[in-house]
Amino acid sequence: MPSLAASWRLYGRTDRTARGVFGILAVLLPLLTWSAVSYLPFIWHPQILITDPGGEDYLESGMRMKRADFNRAVDEMRAKKLPAPQGIATNPVYFPSPGEVLSAFAHAFTSSAPTGAEHSITQAFGHSIRIIFWGFVISSLIGVPLGVLCGALPAMARLIEPSVDFFRYLPAPAFGALAVAILGIYDAPKIAIIVIGTLFQQILVIANTTRKLDFALIEAARTLGARGLRLLFRVVIPGILPDLYRDQRILLGWAWTYLIVAELIGTSSGITWFITQQARYQHFDNVYAAMALIGIVGLGTDMVLGLLARKFFTWKRENA
Amino acid sequence: MPQNSLPDYRILPLDVAERMAHIKQRECVLKIDHVGKVFTQKRHQTVALEDINFDIHRREFVCVVGPSGCGKSTLIRILAGLEDTTSGRILVDGQPVNGPGPDRGMVFQKYTLFPWMDVCRNVMFGIEMGGTSKTEARREAMQWLQIVGLEQFATSFPHQLSGGMQQRVAIVRALAARPRVLLMDESFSALDAQTRLKMQNYLMEIWRKIDITIVFITHDLDEAIYLADRILVLKPRPGRVEEVIEVPLSRPRRATQMTSDEFLATKAHLEALIRSFGDNTEETDEGEEDFNIPLLTLVTDKAE
Repeated sequence: MPSLAASWRLYGRTDRTARGVFGILAVLLPLLTWSAVSYLPFIWHPQILITDPGGEDYLESGMRMKRADFNRAVDEMRAKKLPAPQGIATNPVYFPSPGEVLSAFAHAFTSSAPTGAEHSITQAFGHSIRIIFWGFVISSLIGVPLGVLCGALPAMARLIEPSVDFFRYLPAPAFGALAVAILGIYDAPKIAIIVIGTLFQQILVIANTTRKLDFALIEAARTLGARGLRLLFRVVIPGILPDLYRDQRILLGWAWTYLIVAELIGTSSGITWFITQQARYQHFDNVYAAMALIGIVGLGTDMVLGLLARKFFTWKRENA
Repeated sequence: MPQNSLPDYRILPLDVAERMAHIKQRECVLKIDHVGKVFTQKRHQTVALEDINFDIHRREFVCVVGPSGCGKSTLIRILAGLEDTTSGRILVDGQPVNGPGPDRGMVFQKYTLFPWMDVCRNVMFGIEMGGTSKTEARREAMQWLQIVGLEQFATSFPHQLSGGMQQRVAIVRALAARPRVLLMDESFSALDAQTRLKMQNYLMEIWRKIDITIVFITHDLDEAIYLADRILVLKPRPGRVEEVIEVPLSRPRRATQMTSDEFLATKAHLEALIRSFGDNTEETDEGEEDFNIPLLTLVTDKAE
């Protein structure tokens, strides 16, 4: 328990227990809040879900309306001595309960396409992952070598970085129309948007990482007779590898943020298409399930990549 | 101890004089030929080194001392080829050198081992850069590790070793590349006093066994006298050679010699020399004696 208190002190120490407790709370607290707002009618529930329209003929069962309007309708019916409408307090349709989202989530993996969708959530998501994968691979194939060269060769940095800086400030979606005109309406322009969104940042970030390699190591290698390509491949690249890997993790997250825009270009596709389509049918539980899926897959990949980094780069972790 | 009871540091005992004569007959491995270095920052110019002229003979042990700002680190970086000269040149075996090369190995103050390689791979690095095959390099590296008694740490990583061990690996890594000259830039100053003495003995032991010429930069006068055949004293602003001292101590050196009259006389002279530099320099970056505390400053509230 004292460690829990210490965790609240500035730069305080934490131990295993405290980290575990906070880790569980980090997941539990938002879920509990969400559940409380969803299931405890006195917290929010600003609307009434009609179960029996009673004498009011513009009401239908299954309809949602504001609590004040509903109360007025009840009063009117009472005044006319007609049966009063019945209803239960509920949250707006855009705020589904955890249970609904969970069942939509489970449903997504067990059934084929829901109403209005040509593809199931998994098919749509699989398509998105393919776009991200190719976008990131193409961007990395260009960006990583170029970034390392810019960081290690002053001439390359002077030649390339100004134009990279220029393109970096152009928002990737601005290239949308151009990409469609050149690459057609299917997957190619989407991949291009991800590449454009990631590549320019990637070159600069990796160039910076390369420049930050401890210069004393380069000098030591030089006095041992290392030059040129051997210096690059035996010292520079192994030396920056852990930081390069961390940069790639961050940039992969970056690539995900361009996904939604990319998928709206040309024929909309993938998880974005699924989300917009389901929102149109007011299936917000499906929308939240799809969004949660993106978050979970993103977090999951990052955690796996993080664990792999701990395995690969023990020297870096214990040096820091 | 009164100054006048010490012998003159310039009087060499017979065996030392003989040895010095012997050394001076050997060929000159490293020649510092009228080297000057000027740093230019915007329009401001700083003369770091001015007309340094010095010959280092084969298998000689030379230490360079001087107050901070005398350009001794600049000098060794020029020798290593990590810094260009503004004027003059460096010759190794009579050939002018340009840039760093495996003929001049360097041991830095920070150990600068490659943290992603194990100890053996670190030592192999310089050997492989010389074009030796991997298996042969591994065999040689293991022999070097045996010399410094670290063969059981061959598969450890640098961060798993103590500072002294890391510096031993750094020394054999430099030596394994078979340099003509070993340059050491305050290599032991990050170590604690006991480890430092051990490392000094280690270094002299290695130096005795193999054909290597050593240039050692230090600010520790005891270390310089204990290790060197000759001590090059640099004067600051601009860095110039003030004096070359031939150390009047016989070899092999032992820690007990550090209390001998010759040692103390040399040290007293060096200390006086370096103190004399401090007086005529305006901007010194180290804590000086004349560091005035204003009278009104309340240092303590406890009245005496």
